[in-house]
Amino acid sequence: MGTITGIAAIGAGLAAVGAGIGIGRIGGSALESMARQPEMMGDIRTNMIIAAALVEGVALFGVVVALLQG
Amino acid sequence: MRYKLLLKFVLLLSVIFIFSTPSFAEHHEDSHHSEEEHSTEPAENKNTSELYNPVPDIMHHIADAHEWHFWGEGEDAVSIPLPVILYADGNLDIFMSSAFHHGHSSVLKGSREYTIDHHGHIHEKNGAQIIDLSITKNTASMMLAFILLIALFSVSGRKAKQNNGAPKGILGFLEPLILFVRDDIVKPNITHGHQKFLPYLLTLFFFILMNNLLGLLPGSANVTGNIAVTLVLSVITLIVTNLFGNKSYWSHIFNPPGVPLALMPIMIPIEIVGIFTKPFALMIRLFANITAGHIIILSLISLIFMAQSGLGDVFAWSISPVAVAFVLFMDLIEVLVAFLQAYIFTLLTALFIGLATEEAH
Repeated sequence: MGTITGIAAIGAGLAAVGAGIGIGRIGGSALESMARQPEMMGDIRTNMIIAAALVEGVALFGVVVALLQG
Repeated sequence: MRYKLLLKFVLLLSVIFIFSTPSFAEHHEDSHHSEEEHSTEPAENKNTSELYNPVPDIMHHIADAHEWHFWGEGEDAVSIPLPVILYADGNLDIFMSSAFHHGHSSVLKGSREYTIDHHGHIHEKNGAQIIDLSITKNTASMMLAFILLIALFSVSGRKAKQNNGAPKGILGFLEPLILFVRDDIVKPNITHGHQKFLPYLLTLFFFILMNNLLGLLPGSANVTGNIAVTLVLSVITLIVTNLFGNKSYWSHIFNPPGVPLALMPIMIPIEIVGIFTKPFALMIRLFANITAGHIIILSLISLIFMAQSGLGDVFAWSISPVAVAFVLFMDLIEVLVAFLQAYIFTLLTALFIGLATEEAH
C-alpha cells in the first residue's frame, strides 16, 4: 500500500511537470505573438486560455488518480 | 469603475477569509485534542498516533454531508440540521438529520431503523435498499445559489428594463459580465444562431460562477468540487451538443471526409468516443480544479497543526503567519480560478455547440 501510494505520488508529480512544460510553452508563445501583433491580443488570449485549459485537463487526471489513491 | 467594484469585492472576500481562519483553526485544534483524549492506543504506538494526519479532516471538509457543519466537534458542534429524505421499500421517510445525534442514535420509522456511519452514509438495519434523496449540504448550497441568482437577476433585470442612463449598482456589475459572455464567449464560437443558446450558456456561466464563489466562503459547501454536480452539467452539454448537431456534424462522425476506406473501422469508433470524451474532460476539469484548490488551502492550514504535533507549540506559532499568508494568497488565486473555470466551462461548451452547428464548408 505504501509503495503504491508513493508511486502514485511520483506519477502525479510527473503529470504536474508535463503540464508545467505545456502551459509554459503556450504562455511563452502567446506572449511572443502578442508582442509581434498587439492588435490580435484578444484572439490570442482566448486561444491561449483554451489551449492551457486542455493541457491542464490532462494534468488534472493526475490529480484525480492521486485523490483515488489517497 | 468596473475594476474598482471588482477590487472591493476581492477585498471583502479576503477580509472574510482572514477573520474566518481563527475559527477554522480552532476546530482543527479541538478535533486534535479530542482525538488525544479518546485515544486508547497502547503506549508503544504513541509516537505514530501523536503526529497529526490531516487527510481525514480534509476529506471531511470537501465531502458532502447531511448537516451543514460550521465549527466544533461532537456535542459542541455548531451545525444546521438538514432534511433527510429516504425512499426504502416503497416508503418515503422524511426527518431532520439532527435525529441521528451525530451518529450516536438511530432513527426508527415504522419497522425501518436507520443509522448513519462516520462517512455520512445512511444504512438500514435490516439491509433494505435505500434511495437517498436528502437535501444535503451541497443541495442546500445549490438552492442558496439559485435564490441568490434569481434575486440578483430579477432586481437587475427590472432596472435594465427601466433603461435610465448608464447602469448603476448591481446591474453595473452584472451587465459587463453578461456582455462579456455574449460578445467574447458565445458570439465568436457559435456562428449560426447564437441567440438560441445564449440563455443556456449564460445560466451555465452564472451558476458555476456563483457556486465557485460561494464554495470559497468559510463554512460553505464544495458544490462545483463534487463530481456528481459537474457530471450533470457536462451531461447537459452532451445532450445540447448532440441534439442540435446538424448533418455535417454527424457526417464528420460516421463518414469522415477524406479518410481512406481501410481506416474507417478505426476512425468511426474514435469519433464516437470523441463525442463522450469532450464532456468527460469538462466534468473532470471543473471537479479537479475546485477540489484541488480546496485541498491546497486546507493542507496549508493543516501545516500549523502538523507542526504543532511534531515540533511543538513554539514552532506552530512561528509557522502560522507563513501558513496564513500562503492561505490568503491561495484564496485570492482561487477567486481568479472561480472566474476562470466558469469561463472555460462556458467557452468550451460554446465551442462544442459551435462545432456541431456550423455550416458545412
